[in-house]
Amino acid sequence: MIEARGIVKRFGDFTALDGVSVDVPTGSLTALLGPSGSGKSTLLRVVAGLEQPDAGEVSLDGEDVTRLPPQSRGVGFVFQHYAAFKHMTVWDNVAFGLTIRRRPRSEIKQRVTELLDLVQLSGLAKRYPAQLSGGQRQRMGLARALAVDPKVLLLDEPFGALDARVRKELRIWLRRLHDETHTTTVIVTHDQEEAMDVADRVVVMNAGRVEQTAPPRELYDHPANEFVMSFVGPVNRLGDTFIRPHDVELLLEPNGSTQEAMVQRLVHLGFEVRVELVRDDGETLSAQLTREQVETLELQHGQIVYVRPTHQTVFAD
Amino acid sequence: MAANAGTVPAAPGARRSLAPGLSIGLSTLYLSLIVLLPLAALSWRAHGWGAVSTPQAVAALRLTLGLSVAVALVNAVFGTAIAWTLVRDRFVGQGFVNALVDLPFALPTIVAGLTLLALYGPKSPVGINAAFTRWGLLLALLFVTLPFVVRTVQPVLFELDREMEDAAASLGAGRVTTFLRIILPSILPAILSGVALAFARAVGEFGAVVLISGNLPFKTEVVSVYVLGRLESNDSGGAAAASVVILLISFGVLLAIGGLRRWVTRHDR
Repeated sequence: MIEARGIVKRFGDFTALDGVSVDVPTGSLTALLGPSGSGKSTLLRVVAGLEQPDAGEVSLDGEDVTRLPPQSRGVGFVFQHYAAFKHMTVWDNVAFGLTIRRRPRSEIKQRVTELLDLVQLSGLAKRYPAQLSGGQRQRMGLARALAVDPKVLLLDEPFGALDARVRKELRIWLRRLHDETHTTTVIVTHDQEEAMDVADRVVVMNAGRVEQTAPPRELYDHPANEFVMSFVGPVNRLGDTFIRPHDVELLLEPNGSTQEAMVQRLVHLGFEVRVELVRDDGETLSAQLTREQVETLELQHGQIVYVRPTHQTVFAD
Repeated sequence: MAANAGTVPAAPGARRSLAPGLSIGLSTLYLSLIVLLPLAALSWRAHGWGAVSTPQAVAALRLTLGLSVAVALVNAVFGTAIAWTLVRDRFVGQGFVNALVDLPFALPTIVAGLTLLALYGPKSPVGINAAFTRWGLLLALLFVTLPFVVRTVQPVLFELDREMEDAAASLGAGRVTTFLRIILPSILPAILSGVALAFARAVGEFGAVVLISGNLPFKTEVVSVYVLGRLESNDSGGAAAASVVILLISFGVLLAIGGLRRWVTRHDR
């Protein structure tokens, strides 16, 4: 269980964290989601002890660790750019935490073998980080962090430097790893899809504050405010009204509640088609349809259609 | 990968060089004209090997090598410490200190010798008389070799991935462990480069030591001064012979340091 209470962190004039309180339940996989500069990475580093907060407290499993240095906190940290020890082999990287604790050789050997197996790097133990791909380096980073049996595992944009395909693979793999180990895990990401995919709880942050904490589905269905609404998925904003593209229905004939619009562009994304529209009052919006729907409607560029939102959200100020 | 190999970063594009034959040819020609040809001429002139095996010559050779090794070791420690301070600490007058490091380079070495003699000579204002002693020699050599390790370590330390240190800390390493196991291995190639340069400079130094050493045979006479002595006694063959010996020893030491450096950077290849 991680409890952060009223964390404030300033860098010169910039307030990175403006009184943030977050709870991470034991055994959960929580995502800190937000745009860059929202303070999510700073919060993670404060929990790890890599940054000292200007105010507030951090406790791990009920113990106040605010003044403890990182090496005494028992956290595992995974870095976006791997932070691999370049002069050590994969084996020595993973063994580092155990070696400096002067654990018996046989124990180190057993644990490192186990971990390399877990992250599927057994055959590469003698390589140096420079000889690994990005995905392999990050798996080594994970094994290294897990070697010391951390109370919590903290991942700072762990897949941010990888290409899209490897990123998705590792995401699924991380989720499976968590389901096996149940280590309390916090992952920082700016990618809402990644957060929704991997985490059971998502903390949305913006400008040094927490906007909302909820399971992925609830976050999407019941966003607390405009920011969350627009950050967790694509959205059309029409005046005070927010409509998800998949909640936009297109009709060929007008009925009482529809508005006229023209098809500006059809973007084919495999199964989905994004229809970009401009309404007769000049407002633009996009609709998300399936390929079949587009074929049934025989939509074409320049065509006039009638738009009806099936679901919309208005936030009271 | 960024090479953290000191003054000579590995060139990842070397194999894609525009005209490899041309660049190798030019480098070889230049090195031959500037370095190898004079050395060959020196060896040619060397005769009277007896001059090298006299007790006086052997003492000078021993002193020179001993001092150079000492200078290299002291520089390895303090040069690294100064580089560390310049990169990692923030203090008033940092730019001034940074410029100060290069000053021994900018001074004619004879001026450095004069300065040291004024400060640590018989009329020393601080009451330390190191003139005509080996301590005086050591001081003079430390003065002129100061910039080497500082300037080779500084950029490497600056480029060092700070997250490696964060990672080590999160894995339980204290500051000392992090320095010994993470930082030192990363900057060691640069330290070795600087050490090699400092050693070479110490072996060859003349200007800075000629005044303060007093050139007492068997006590404070270094090879460069011994060679001058042979020349003044019209024994140019002996001078050349002594030069060749010190040259070969120095070359051997530099090769050894180079080999050590290659070994500590094996992970870059």
